[in-house]
Amino acid sequence: MNILEINDLSKVFNLHILNNKKLEALKSINLTVAEGEIIGLTGKSGSGKSSLMKCIYRTYLASGGQINYKSINGMVDLVTASDHEVIELRKNEITYCSQFLSVIPRVSAVDVVCENLFKVNADKEAARYKAKGMLQQLGFPAELWDAFPVTFSGGEQQRINVARAIITSPRFLLIDEPTASLDPKTKDIVVDMLLDLKKHGTSILCISHDEYTIEKLVDRRINLHLGEILNLN
Amino acid sequence: MSNTEDNWLLKVNNLTKIYGDYTENSIKNTGPKFNSNICPETGSIVACADINFELYPGEVLGIVGESGSGKSTVVKLLYFDMEQSLGSAFLKPHLDGLSNILEESNQKKRWIRNYLMGMVYQNPRDGLNFKFSSGGNIAEKLIMGGNFHVGNIRNRATDLLEKTEVPVLRMDDKPASFSGGMQQRVQISKAIANNPPLLFLDEVTTGLDVSVQAKVLDLIRELQQDLGITMIVVSHDLSVIRMLTDRTIVMKNGRIVERGLTDQILQDPQHKYSQLLVSSLL
Amino acid sequence: MVENNKYNNKYNFAFIDESTKKEIRRKLLKAVAIPGYQVPYSSPEMPIARGWGTGGLHVTLAIIGKKDIFKIIDQGSDASVNACNLRNFVQSMTGVKTTFDTSEATIIQTRHRITEEELNENQIFVYQVPQPEPLRSVERYENKTRQMHGEADYAKMWVALYEQFVSHGDIMLGAGYPVKVNNRYIMAPSPIPRWDIPNLNLSKALHLFGAGREKRLYAIPPFTKVEPLEFDDIKFHIEDFKGSACSKTGYKKAFLDEMYYDDGSTNFVINDSNFLDKLSEKEQPTQHENKYINQIAE
Repeated sequence: MNILEINDLSKVFNLHILNNKKLEALKSINLTVAEGEIIGLTGKSGSGKSSLMKCIYRTYLASGGQINYKSINGMVDLVTASDHEVIELRKNEITYCSQFLSVIPRVSAVDVVCENLFKVNADKEAARYKAKGMLQQLGFPAELWDAFPVTFSGGEQQRINVARAIITSPRFLLIDEPTASLDPKTKDIVVDMLLDLKKHGTSILCISHDEYTIEKLVDRRINLHLGEILNLN
Repeated sequence: MSNTEDNWLLKVNNLTKIYGDYTENSIKNTGPKFNSNICPETGSIVACADINFELYPGEVLGIVGESGSGKSTVVKLLYFDMEQSLGSAFLKPHLDGLSNILEESNQKKRWIRNYLMGMVYQNPRDGLNFKFSSGGNIAEKLIMGGNFHVGNIRNRATDLLEKTEVPVLRMDDKPASFSGGMQQRVQISKAIANNPPLLFLDEVTTGLDVSVQAKVLDLIRELQQDLGITMIVVSHDLSVIRMLTDRTIVMKNGRIVERGLTDQILQDPQHKYSQLLVSSLL
Repeated sequence: MVENNKYNNKYNFAFIDESTKKEIRRKLLKAVAIPGYQVPYSSPEMPIARGWGTGGLHVTLAIIGKKDIFKIIDQGSDASVNACNLRNFVQSMTGVKTTFDTSEATIIQTRHRITEEELNENQIFVYQVPQPEPLRSVERYENKTRQMHGEADYAKMWVALYEQFVSHGDIMLGAGYPVKVNNRYIMAPSPIPRWDIPNLNLSKALHLFGAGREKRLYAIPPFTKVEPLEFDDIKFHIEDFKGSACSKTGYKKAFLDEMYYDDGSTNFVINDSNFLDKLSEKEQPTQHENKYINQIAE
């Protein structure tokens, strides 16, 4: 069964303030993700990988086509779904992990990681306990747990970002460059965490430049070039 | 997904406020296309028109726009601070959402305000009575909500002040002796005293020092996480909208020009004016 | 010349002209129909200044008839200067019989006290009121207080009581404690002591209130519920004389005045002069009964 079916998806940016300049980010995308599958999205910088992911998450409004997602309650076309429906899906099923950590400066590392658990009214103490466990796994010493991630290095921020996305065990995970700034040992830890999610039923769409990660992690690879899919294998 | 469509909290239809004598054309000839709120025929001012939206429990809706966009007007109309020219609004907890709250009697409106709504104004003097102590202000909301037990009132006021990080020792002091940030926090305590399902926040951090602004916004965020209150946040500041809201409505010249998920409005704005606003972020 | 005494009187019966009396009576009827609600009225000119009892006088003169028996007290005393002056005025304008005896009177006008002796169904009690608006201390604008009464929005009054409790440990109002009438309006009972407040509740007599300076009339019909404002845990209480007794009669269960003498000594005497006289004569007047008085030890 497919958890995601994208038909003829296109995205054009209309920049009114640049004299109505039009930028074509995605031309005509068709792809599917089976339940429990990990798909790797590869391609040069600017090929449209992040745009595709953001269209699925509804951060970008698609210009045409359909993104059919199989939610727990039935099929939803994410292109035309109401704001309210998307908010519910983001809360309960779909998680997006961007390339860079974006966070409010005054929240501690622990609380950043369990942010999404707070949204679904989880027990705060239990959530924090789980977050601390994950931080430990990812190699964070205890004294950093209450520090503000805004002061961390790129690699540290990336680990927090990934932990935040993984902790809720979402049904469908969109993750952009999970291992980009990490050393080999930590890369392995993150890849294992993602494979563990797959074991528990999560379907994953993953963007990565890193061949090692792609090799170890993905079941299938999709290559994007200039807004189009080039070859599937 | 349609089983969730019936559990809305607030529905607003065609909410309109016009100052002065107006005709049908007043609405047709004003708005963002004309870059004006003033009717060329009658001189009437269309503060807001054609405002429609739905709000679901637990959501935080942002209304963003510049001065004169009509964003504060929308909230003032819903809180009964002014009377609408046209339009209706329905609150689920009030008669199962079947009765237009804008047409209710003054007594019913007062009941709705006391039991179902909370409001935090930009200026603490609008939301607090400076003649009463800060605890007394919270007591006022609790008394209007039907609590007449002084011991319970004081306990609840203490809880709320602790939650909003106002020193409890100052519960019996008058707000005039507090700093601006602390006055706002007392206002927030008062607004949530009766656990209202809906909370309005009208430019609540505008004019405060940045560090104070940060504290107040953090507080609101925490309260939203802890209590799951549905909120409408009005601001001209996009960073406030980004921090607090799930969905956003962009207003210009009294009309809605764009609506969507907050991250979509900030990263992929469609309307010319939204793009202008977003690019103006410092 | 043929003499006709019929039209020799300089003044109309009871001083006020008949049309104005009708107007006052109409307003009184409206007040009785809406217990506790303040009715605006004409408050006509009187030969005494505002602030000296014109409101009470308006009510008395509007309702008094030739067969009425009139009593007037000032802070409980029939013999004070103001009581005497007003009594003389009413007597000369109407020719009615006047009395000091509470049980004999049909109309009793009062300044700031209710009689200790119980009132019955044949009596009308008329109050002189300085400030008829109970919300004036928390809201200075008349249009706002009218709206508050209209919408039964009394939160500010309650908060004011809460604030007093918080600052002083108790609600400080000594005289004129606000009451709720018939579960609807909050009313100012004129500056009577707390002692008298419970005697308004379910009283057999008709109580009429006149505020001449502010031009308002209000009423409590017989057997109306009148409750002092109290919180669930901070309850209303009457004055506590801490076991003191009247030095003349030894009686403990009446409102007492503290008397000061030139040598610096003090003692207590019953405030209600007629009640004091009756007890001194070993009579047994029927006193108002309420749960607060019953708690005082003999």
